[in-house]
Amino acid sequence: MRSRSLCARSLYVSVVGLAAGFGLAGCTDTSSHHVAKSPGVAAVASYSGTPARVRRMTQSEYTNTISYVFGSDLTIGEPFAPLPRTDGLLASGASSAGMTAGEFQQLQRSASAIASQVVDKGNLGDRTSPRRDFLVPCKPQAVEGPDDACAAKFIRQTGRLLFRHALPDAMVTELTNNAHKGAADLKDFYAGLATVIEGMLLDPGVLLITDTTEADPARPGHLRLTSYALASRLSFFLWDAAPDDELLKAAESGALYTKKGRTAAVDRMLASPRLEAGVRAFFDDMFGFEEFAVTAKDPKTYPMITGQTLLDSREQTLRTVVDHLITRHGDYRDLFLTRNTFISPTLAPVYGVPSTTGWSAYEFPADAHRAGILSQISFLALHSHPARSSATKRGKALRELLLCQKVPPPPPNVDFSAVENPDPTLRTARERLTRHSVNPVCAGCHKITDPIGLALETFDGAGRYRETEKGAKLDTSGSLDGKTFASSEGLGQALHDHPQLGSCLVRRLYSFGTGGPLSNSDTPAVEALSAAFAKSGYRVPDLLRMIALSDAFAEVVEMPPAPVKTAAAGLEQVAK
Amino acid sequence: MNGINRRCVLRGLLDGTAVCVALPLLNCFLNGNGTALADGSPLPVRFGTWGWGLGLNKAIFVPKKTGANFDLPEEIESLAPIQKHINLFTGFDCFRDAAPNLCHKTGWVIMRAGIAPANQTDLPGETIDVTIAKKISTATRFQTLTATATGNVRDSYSYENAKSVNIADWSPLQFYSKLFGEDFQDPNLPDFKPSARTMVRKSVLSGVLERTQELGKTVGAEDKARLDQYFSGLRDLERQFDQQLKKPEPRAACHPAKAPAEDAKPGLDYELVGLRHKMMTDLMVMAVACDQTRVFNMAIAAQQAATTKPGYDKPHHTATHEEPVDAQLGYQKEVSWFIRREMELWAQYVGAFAKMKEGDGTLLDNVLIYASTDQSLARLHQIDGLPMFTAGRAGGKLKTGLHIAGNGDQGTRLGYTAMKVFGLENASWGTQSNNTSKEIGEILV
Repeated sequence: MRSRSLCARSLYVSVVGLAAGFGLAGCTDTSSHHVAKSPGVAAVASYSGTPARVRRMTQSEYTNTISYVFGSDLTIGEPFAPLPRTDGLLASGASSAGMTAGEFQQLQRSASAIASQVVDKGNLGDRTSPRRDFLVPCKPQAVEGPDDACAAKFIRQTGRLLFRHALPDAMVTELTNNAHKGAADLKDFYAGLATVIEGMLLDPGVLLITDTTEADPARPGHLRLTSYALASRLSFFLWDAAPDDELLKAAESGALYTKKGRTAAVDRMLASPRLEAGVRAFFDDMFGFEEFAVTAKDPKTYPMITGQTLLDSREQTLRTVVDHLITRHGDYRDLFLTRNTFISPTLAPVYGVPSTTGWSAYEFPADAHRAGILSQISFLALHSHPARSSATKRGKALRELLLCQKVPPPPPNVDFSAVENPDPTLRTARERLTRHSVNPVCAGCHKITDPIGLALETFDGAGRYRETEKGAKLDTSGSLDGKTFASSEGLGQALHDHPQLGSCLVRRLYSFGTGGPLSNSDTPAVEALSAAFAKSGYRVPDLLRMIALSDAFAEVVEMPPAPVKTAAAGLEQVAK
Repeated sequence: MNGINRRCVLRGLLDGTAVCVALPLLNCFLNGNGTALADGSPLPVRFGTWGWGLGLNKAIFVPKKTGANFDLPEEIESLAPIQKHINLFTGFDCFRDAAPNLCHKTGWVIMRAGIAPANQTDLPGETIDVTIAKKISTATRFQTLTATATGNVRDSYSYENAKSVNIADWSPLQFYSKLFGEDFQDPNLPDFKPSARTMVRKSVLSGVLERTQELGKTVGAEDKARLDQYFSGLRDLERQFDQQLKKPEPRAACHPAKAPAEDAKPGLDYELVGLRHKMMTDLMVMAVACDQTRVFNMAIAAQQAATTKPGYDKPHHTATHEEPVDAQLGYQKEVSWFIRREMELWAQYVGAFAKMKEGDGTLLDNVLIYASTDQSLARLHQIDGLPMFTAGRAGGKLKTGLHIAGNGDQGTRLGYTAMKVFGLENASWGTQSNNTSKEIGEILV
């Protein structure tokens, strides 16, 4: 029974991770995997589409959209409920998560706060500017009452950006009437306008991103996204925000349906500074950085780690990502080798480098043992216990977050007394975890996580470098899917060379772009994109461009009858 | 209200809305016996929950004596001040049938939703608090309130359905603002004037509701269900606006304090969790006293509690699996330290309701709080013998001060009993082996 269970577990890892087989090989399943016949964008174009989805805006999409439409100085709040991580991304959970009554109460309060800021008349004493003067494109005839023409102008202009399409005349009329009533009842034109803004910010046309479809003239009998829906998909993918005026114009003109027009639109978006927001949102999600909101370190063990240190560590990694991938147009795999990063005053003492004022670029010396983002505090501290490191957590995170594999949870009825450690002579994590490897029930999972994590044991639970633990010299040798190494730098190189590193990023980016978890029908497109990504030298802007310009990005297929059954569910049934 | 009564001596109209100016104020609230509101309607009975993590150590948690005046073993000795207000249930089981035993999930989901989850991503479906809220909490400002002492918005045991969690309020400052900020209507103010802005908001919302319905007609079945929920959320908002346009009933105990000077610091060590728990509890008690909701939830730990002890390198959950059993004591000493702290916070929670006066008794007399956990012996992920508590007398419908031994019976019986106390008409609750139609009669008056 045990061997069957372990076998099933290794099948699970293989299937979910698309692995050809790791140390637990012997139960691989290749039946559902297609081999791309030819790499490159052309191959992607031959596969069709994704399902039309209705997904709720994410918190960051909402924040970025409001900031774009009304200004980045607004206080927006965080009214959205956290999303369930689905197929590796929170953003993919947006296509299935519901919205509770409590969430609407929060959204209403946030909408009210935003609306009042938009029509704010400013305060000379506080040196706050009158936002109404530049966010409302006209002056009412009298502030104390309705002005339908001015209200309609604002509603038409702002509504188009928030709803991501031109508002029908009937809707403009309805909202103008609301503004009229509000202004009359409240005896204030701007107060009336504020109630309309509040209503817009609760409207499903704003908060739900709906893939509207139409018949595809190029593929009789099939559907494609409408041009407005395509504009939204492009914009949320690349900018993590609603389309701007120019993109909406491209949608209105039909240009997004021409190769030339869509290419021009995508290239403009890739060249925009707003690309950084999109890239940051994606990697923040993929790296599981939402956990920073609840991560804290034991102050007795790590007195130098404050909440600001942890926030800065998240920011450090995101800055490194943007700099390496976008600014330098670097190879994605080199993100795990690069010594170039950024340092803040709170990070400097933890890294043992000279303090700075504000953020500054920094290159770690070659002998500093800080190569790649695995050696940054964000990864090391996030995947540790509050008062000590965890080789298991780090190994699990690397496999799940960066290689798209799934490490099964421990069996529920295992008696951990077999690995309890009352022996004070066991000083290092390696010595302690050896207890797991001699227990076959534990070994199945621990041997796919611990050899990775132990290479990072030269960093404590806060990410500080060390060479010993309790006086014992640390052994950082290990292996990753057959590739051995002797140090954390070696682990970075093994990860760099891992065949699934690039394809995992493709899977995640494709999901992020198309708004939901992958299904089997996406496999050909993902594999073709993976090959094209490799051919591009693993340049992320090139991958973004390939996804955005692929036929699959705009074409619609029927929703699969049910979500892909996870290997875990199958495993549990087999294992029983 | 039946026109002018002897306690509300002045009544007028302001913008078409009834205004009560009471002399003296406190006498306006209740009937002559202090057992009902001034209009004769009984004091409302509310339902609450409390969640703790990682169960118990049976040998030092489960009293030897059942019934009244049960003994308090060392792990629960901190419950002495509230013993008369609570019932302790031990030896009740969860049945997973064909589903796997999902670590730290199966137990609490069965206790709160009556269903054994199929996998770790399978959300519970409607939890008992939501079911009861639909019956008793439709006329208050918030249908339910959910808070956590962990500082993590995700740490909630309350689900509207299998796709929607009721997220937890985690920041005392934000919770205060939500409860007693600018939208709060003090029920004890003598004057009341409906807000013109709220009327306009309600009017604007009607168009949003219509567009939601229209959008629902254009999407597939699964998305239609989500649009229906969207519509329900907006309707609830509309209902709230309606509530704000009515003069609230006076509530003698409703005296919100000032906003906390500063928020609780992030972190999971027990000192911080305890401080956050106290701040959130005080706000929750006042919210209930002010009748802002009639269903409320609090948790001091998520499933798989990650709470820490200052200077000890293992969080609670990690300790359950890595700390050796002390050969002399027969249990994991540090794990028990965590459970003892949790019981202290349970005593704090119940005590806060017991201190709040309401009518001729306390707020606790008019609530039923149901407390549950995720495992029994967490070291082995056991879900048999899960401990549970109730607190409060539910308006006189429940006895308290009892230890009830389940002897392997269904743990869902307690949830079903709560449903019956609140007048739900379902003939049974729970699925498969957790299905029950048997109340726990020993605690019923």
